[in-house]
Amino acid sequence: MSKTKPMPLFEVFVRSRRGLDHIHVGSLHAHDAEQALEYARDSYIRRGEGASLWVVESKHITASQESDAASFYDPMDDKPYRHATYYTLPDAVDNM
Amino acid sequence: MSEQIDTNNADTLARFAIRLGDDALILGQRLCEWSSNAPTLEEDLALSNVALDFLGRARMLYGYATQIRGGSEDELAFTRDERQYENLLLVELPRGDFAYTMLRQYLLDAFEDLYFAALTQSTDPTLAAVAAKTVKEVDYHLRRSTDWIRRLGLGTEESHQRLQNATDELWGYVDELFETDTLEQGLIKQNIAVDRADLQTAWCKRVTELLSASNISVPETPWQVSGGRRGLHTEHLGHLLSEMQYMQRAHPGQQW
Repeated sequence: MSKTKPMPLFEVFVRSRRGLDHIHVGSLHAHDAEQALEYARDSYIRRGEGASLWVVESKHITASQESDAASFYDPMDDKPYRHATYYTLPDAVDNM
Repeated sequence: MSEQIDTNNADTLARFAIRLGDDALILGQRLCEWSSNAPTLEEDLALSNVALDFLGRARMLYGYATQIRGGSEDELAFTRDERQYENLLLVELPRGDFAYTMLRQYLLDAFEDLYFAALTQSTDPTLAAVAAKTVKEVDYHLRRSTDWIRRLGLGTEESHQRLQNATDELWGYVDELFETDTLEQGLIKQNIAVDRADLQTAWCKRVTELLSASNISVPETPWQVSGGRRGLHTEHLGHLLSEMQYMQRAHPGQQW
């Protein structure tokens, strides 16, 4: 059994209720996407957590790299004007 | 409900519920043996999940039987000896290798898919309700086991050989699925139970189609055994019960 090729890794996303987004909950191994979906059912929604399941093979996800952190994330740190809270509202605007 | 049933019929009905419960409990116990032993963690969880469906079903059916004639679910599960168990032989056989477990599961799932769909039409409302809940579970079990039969049959040389061996070994136990005794015949006449014989053609067609498509040859087994419904079991049931019942036998009435 262990001599066969390793099973690919899948990422699992669960939507807990209609109207909400699918949220990443974890990953699992399966022979293919169909089986991954079945395993996701048995591994992640056993307590009724889900109304919809997505699985995607992990290799299809392109992820940002830790080594890119300086160029990817740091430049945002000094741009507070991108937050709505940066602006003082005129008195005329009571509620926003 | 129980007021409407005369006492003789009530006992028959209770025994019928108990034997369906026995099928579920014993297979559930066998499946539990995979817990922490399955080939992968994912499959381990999946098998345990299926096992819990069977234990849940056993509880519903035992619960119904105790409503009819008293006693408790625990007494039914933990204080009866093997001769008092009326499960099918197929479900008590040792779990074997993974191919063996999945083939047994598939043969039974394919049967239960037909059986419980028909039982939803039972004139007994409780049995019909149990069947309606079970149908959904079986639908998933069947999807899983069908998938595995294909994978193993068309997989490696070894997986194919193991599945073929399992088929050769288990084929002699399938006729019992379709047997009815006088107890069930009485209930069939009242449309409480389902006539198992009616399901055989559809079952054979479905099973042989999948096995052929999975490169497995259906054996012409010269022998067929039965006896579970009469309390005549293989030597394996006693061992299963001794493990399952140990705690209640050692500490009678013990509760969590």
